[in-house]
Amino acid sequence: MDAQIVVSILISVCVASTPLLLAATGELVVERSGVLNLGVEGMMIIGAVAGFSVAQITGNPYIGALVAIGAGAVFSLLFAFLTLSLVTNQVATGLALTILGLGLSGMIGEGFVGQPGIKMTPIDIPILSDLPLVGKLLFGQDAIFYTSLILVGLVSWFLFRTRAGLMLRSVGDNAKSAHALGIPVIRIRYMAVMFGGACSGLAGAHLSLVYVPQWVEGMTAGRGWIALALVVFASWRPARLLVGAYLFGAVTIAQFHAQALGISIPAQFLTSLPYLATIIVLVIIARNRRMTMINTPASLGQPFVPDR
Amino acid sequence: MILFLEKRANYSPLFSALSPVLALAFTLVFGTIMFSMLGVDPAKALYTYFVFPLTDAYLIEQIILKATPLILIAIGLSVCFRSGNWNIGAEGQYLIGGMFGAIIPVYFNDFQSPLLLPMMMIMGMIGGALFAAIPAFLKARFGTNEILTSLMLVYIAQQFVDWLVRGPWRDPQGMGFPGTKSFNESAILPELIPNGDAHFGTVFAVLVAIGVWFMLSKTLKGFEVTVLGECPRAGRFAGFSTKQMTIFAFLLSGALAGLAGIAEVSGSVEKLDDKLSLGYGFTAIIVAFLGRLNPLGILVAGLILALSYIGGEEAKIALQVSNRATNVFQGLLLFFVLACDTLIHYRIRLVTSSKAGGTG
Repeated sequence: MDAQIVVSILISVCVASTPLLLAATGELVVERSGVLNLGVEGMMIIGAVAGFSVAQITGNPYIGALVAIGAGAVFSLLFAFLTLSLVTNQVATGLALTILGLGLSGMIGEGFVGQPGIKMTPIDIPILSDLPLVGKLLFGQDAIFYTSLILVGLVSWFLFRTRAGLMLRSVGDNAKSAHALGIPVIRIRYMAVMFGGACSGLAGAHLSLVYVPQWVEGMTAGRGWIALALVVFASWRPARLLVGAYLFGAVTIAQFHAQALGISIPAQFLTSLPYLATIIVLVIIARNRRMTMINTPASLGQPFVPDR
Repeated sequence: MILFLEKRANYSPLFSALSPVLALAFTLVFGTIMFSMLGVDPAKALYTYFVFPLTDAYLIEQIILKATPLILIAIGLSVCFRSGNWNIGAEGQYLIGGMFGAIIPVYFNDFQSPLLLPMMMIMGMIGGALFAAIPAFLKARFGTNEILTSLMLVYIAQQFVDWLVRGPWRDPQGMGFPGTKSFNESAILPELIPNGDAHFGTVFAVLVAIGVWFMLSKTLKGFEVTVLGECPRAGRFAGFSTKQMTIFAFLLSGALAGLAGIAEVSGSVEKLDDKLSLGYGFTAIIVAFLGRLNPLGILVAGLILALSYIGGEEAKIALQVSNRATNVFQGLLLFFVLACDTLIHYRIRLVTSSKAGGTG
């Protein structure tokens, strides 16, 4: 195969992986604080519709992406209020967030269906992007791609190298002890959930402003759920998310190229591949109990009511 | 002002009964706000949504038709949720049930027998149960997260059925439309009332509701479901097995979702086509919670959610309001149900920050 084709395939893998990486990074922080937010899919689609509609109205995809970040964070507050202030069941509330997000986005986006979108143009980093082959791959992509990579580094540094990160992890491991030490459990969890919402919102904006770029109802197509699986795959380690997200991005892209190479498998089976891969990966990870046990936030999903 | 929760000594039976009603009231209040913002007269909109369909015999029948799969699926889910098994892949089990039940009429299109319908229904239940067995087995054997696996299987089921009705199962005389040959008379579930749309599946739904209600409230198995859901440790001391419960709950809910699927295929569409997946498996999650995970409550809750679907269609015709508002209503309803359930176990106090003592 021509080297040029390989590079263009790798670029498409990056595009497919970025939303997964962003949403998973956000959710990883949420889960590290002990909260399981299953509403990633809902927050993502809200980000997608907010980003697309604002970009259409203002003509500027960057304003769209910023609004998507805000929309995701505000939308996640709904989940935070219910699970943290009203101690509702986190699994059920996360599902509710997804169902509401899918419904709400359908209503907001109805007028935008079929409109050609504004694609975020790649930012060519001067000189570096002119390097042969790797130039365009590493230094000639869109702003959200760079953001996603920087974010993984920042989150990793924050969680394991800062005092605030240690506090967040302690809240996730043992909320009662953290509370007894005077750490504001609920406030930290609120902030973590909103950070997750913001990341999911940006991930959605990437879909509707870079990946597709159009508004299609239900366009997240389970990517929020795959992001949740990625967090388990990465055993709550940010750096491992990179591996997982790019693996899944590659599987997603493989289906298009399999068709192009003339492999005669029905399209529906190829479309199923990422979902099937998710199940297989979850099984492999679950079999390795020791590794999972070490990194799982110990009070993940357990409600906490502070005493006075 | 700080919101403060105070644990009740005992759970409140009053709020236990009241919370779904409160949630509905909140949803209506929110609907009023939403319609005002959209520039539609809220009184008119809410009337069209929630009252008008009840004044028309044809629409009432449509509500019953829509409620049937919702109720069947939600009852199965209630057993899952009560026992702490998060099956959110009912949509896939519903689809595979519909597809499995269609195997006999698809391959033996001319086969006529009074035994055909029972065979199809049983096949549908087997299909749904087998498909639900996948996440159940993976959870029981490897400890895999059933939420994610059951959901992923929905996408796989959708793609698979789509492939069948466009590929090997497509009716060659179907003018290129995806879908199987129409079933013959004896493969079609009888109507509830002559020449109506509602079918015999409704009778299954009512019977299943009574049966599962009896199982949950009067039998040892029902007790086991509750104990393992509320406190798995206590359940294990009593000799109950969480793994067996996972398998049991998934198989039961898969079978019921499968029954709902084949009842729709046989009673309503009369063939398998590409429009079977309408999100009932997800709406049924709302039905299950609104019905307080009680099969009899679910009967009522299913009718309420079905009403919102039919009302949405009416509002679209009469007021040119997007029927997407229906999905928003349904999502909000689940939020309010969950929020109101807090009142069952907690008293909510609003404390001004000066008195809160600095914690929060």
